[in-house]
Amino acid sequence: MKSLDFIVDKTAKTVFVEREFTAELPLVWDAFTKQEILDQWWAPKPFTSKTKIMDFKVGGRRFYAMVSPEGQEHWSIQKYTSISPKTNFKMTSAFADKDENPQLPGSDWDLTFTEQNGTTKVGILIKNESLARMEKMFEMGFREGITVTLNSLEELLTA
Amino acid sequence: MKIRRDVFQAIADPTRRAILLLIAAQAMTPNAIAEEFHTSRQAVSKHIQVLTECELVKQEQKGREIYYHIHEKKMDEIDKWMAQFKNRLETQFNQLDNVLLTLKKQKK
Repeated sequence: MKSLDFIVDKTAKTVFVEREFTAELPLVWDAFTKQEILDQWWAPKPFTSKTKIMDFKVGGRRFYAMVSPEGQEHWSIQKYTSISPKTNFKMTSAFADKDENPQLPGSDWDLTFTEQNGTTKVGILIKNESLARMEKMFEMGFREGITVTLNSLEELLTA
Repeated sequence: MKIRRDVFQAIADPTRRAILLLIAAQAMTPNAIAEEFHTSRQAVSKHIQVLTECELVKQEQKGREIYYHIHEKKMDEIDKWMAQFKNRLETQFNQLDNVLLTLKKQKK
């Protein structure tokens, strides 16, 4: 299991995430851009991902739901704003209702893919209008697990 | 209309972060806090008000003076929330590891 770099910049309202995968770049790229692969991993278990519309091109969108074990659907829309094949793509992501009406503003995602010796690194810069938007996920049942104690106030505040 | 305050907005401001750091060390009066900054007392007092509305600080009356304390429980919430987001991404990416492994096997 590879470690995840996770850097929060509260002032700039960004989160930078970096992760390596033991696979060649084209495969990792497909895993982030093809519906049939995305739906296999995008939703954290026990949720499942259900993509209704997928049109991976600039101006296109992915309209999908995270489905809870009880069958409750939480819809989101990701709009692709820029694509450099097998290098980078950008999208805006927003929660939505089942009729594709987004709850704006959402967050901006900038994903960069690089490969070295069969290992592919994915860097994701997530920018939010307000970090509180991400709080939404609370409502989506991701309360499981982790309890973190506040160990260093300095670290948290100056991050 | 009352604007809903959220803790993330509160800590997005550098002065407010500095105030939190100050009172994390020890409870302070509004005057003592204001002396630490080059801005007006009103400006500092406004920042304290925002922090209070977000429940990041608590006030306590001691004699004639009001002292501001940090509200640790609320600070915990920020950390916990970030950890949950991180946790969620970790789960997703570990799932992706497995998916990639399967796809690689299928290719061979």
